[in-house]
Amino acid sequence: MSETVIEFKAVDKWFGKLHVLRAVDLAVSVGEVVVVCGPSGSGKSTLIRCVNGLEAIQGGELVVLGESITRPGVRMPALRTRVGMVFQSFNLFPHMTVLQNITLAPVRVKGLSAAEAEKTARALLERVRIPDKAAAYPANLSGGQQQRVAIARALAMQPRIMLFDEPTSALDPEMINEVLDVMTDLAKDGMTMMVVTHEMGFARRVAHRVVFMDGGSIVEEAAPEAFFAAAQSDRAREFLSKILTH
Amino acid sequence: MNYQFQWGVLWSGQSGSWLLQGVLTTLGISALAWILAAALGILSGALRTVPWRPLRAAAVFYVEFFRNVPLLVWMFFWYFGVPPLLPRPVQDWLFNHGAEFWAGMFALGVYHGARMSEVIRSGIQSIPRTQFEASMAMGLTTFQAYRLVIVPIALRLIVPPATNESLNLLKNSSVALTISVAELTFQTRQIETYTAKAIEALTAGTLIYLVLCVSIAAVMAWVERRFRIPGLIARGG
Ligand SMILES: Nc1ncnc2c1ncn2[C@@H]1O[C@H](COP(=O)(O)OP(=O)(O)OP(=O)(O)O)[C@@H](O)[C@H]1O
Ligand SMILES: [Mg+2]
Repeated sequence: MSETVIEFKAVDKWFGKLHVLRAVDLAVSVGEVVVVCGPSGSGKSTLIRCVNGLEAIQGGELVVLGESITRPGVRMPALRTRVGMVFQSFNLFPHMTVLQNITLAPVRVKGLSAAEAEKTARALLERVRIPDKAAAYPANLSGGQQQRVAIARALAMQPRIMLFDEPTSALDPEMINEVLDVMTDLAKDGMTMMVVTHEMGFARRVAHRVVFMDGGSIVEEAAPEAFFAAAQSDRAREFLSKILTH
Repeated sequence: MNYQFQWGVLWSGQSGSWLLQGVLTTLGISALAWILAAALGILSGALRTVPWRPLRAAAVFYVEFFRNVPLLVWMFFWYFGVPPLLPRPVQDWLFNHGAEFWAGMFALGVYHGARMSEVIRSGIQSIPRTQFEASMAMGLTTFQAYRLVIVPIALRLIVPPATNESLNLLKNSSVALTISVAELTFQTRQIETYTAKAIEALTAGTLIYLVLCVSIAAVMAWVERRFRIPGLIARGG
């Protein structure tokens, strides 16, 4: 059996009175690509934001890379260097160039020299297929380019896990594929990934497992072929019929 | 009207050197107070937005306390109120070393720091929360996120209101004449007393303030252009 790198054990999460994650159990193995889907407000973002501690949990246990992150005294910044995250809204720092965005954390957190960090950054820009944009500012890039820089920025910390929260939802249709292609490469290289997305084509081609959430619970998890061919629950079938017909 | 203008009073006798000293004192007290105000403003403005309640409360206390006390009262407090609480030798030393200047500088800096704090807080709060989350997600500590991302962005956004505050600070340095700091307004009053030429003296003071303020505004406009965040709507000028 392969190593488990993320394990939710009966995780509960509340926003005030709102019960957003209800006794969620989920284990992700190393190298696995898990696509999380479900209707709006079902708790998908919250689920992956718990993994790097952007949201605290109120019940259960969450183990990431062998560390129980709910244990008091756990150093979140150290954990976060090993878990990269890519957001829907890119979130590049607008006052920094692409290169500065990518080298910031390697220099400030990992203590790399500026030269080393720049070398890695340029290699990553190559990998996300925009080697000529190092000196540009985010505002001068297209959405697709910005998101690829955001991926490069997360990869610069050499994370063991990558989290994606609707990475293509803010993009014009013609740019979605350039981002999905980069993510596909990453998955082929063996990165462990949790991806919230409505791109069912990506899920079909790349995911090892699809997790369907509704109302704060995981309603269904299955391999993509099984999920798309024959979802077990009514809610998943209803969701799929809406999302696949438009 | 039989008032005799005598512009010559401005450069005859000691007037010229008084004015010069006044300008230098005004610039000195304002520059030091500005540095203090900027430091206090950035610190307390940032603290008002951090995720720890006690730090936020401390910053709120500072801002509300200082911006709600009139500057004049505050100067009196530091100049007349505080020294008697100090040991005699310290008092003597202070009064031999320009106590009024330091009391004035301190009052001005702390007062304007509280006002600057609000400007900086509003700048920080206009930054989408996700910028902070992105910083945390890459492993920065909260302190690093503020120092490397949040505050640098906020400072670039707040140059126009900060210019306004800086001009207010310069103009408010004239309040220090009430504790006998020999700044520009104090010196124009002195010329007026010696020459009985009020209009000439006050005109000179007015023009000098105008030149100082326009220069500061020009420098700040340059700073704004130089550090502009690419992609934000370019302002004229
Ligand atoms: N910071 C917050 N404070 C209070 N409630 C929140 C907060 N963030 C999310 N919620 C609520 O928690 C629930 C789950 O939100 P979440 O963002 O995880 O959903 P989602 O599945 O990602 O939805 P979407 O597809 O719209 O992104 C929603 O009802 C949402 O309104
Ligand atoms: Mg979401």
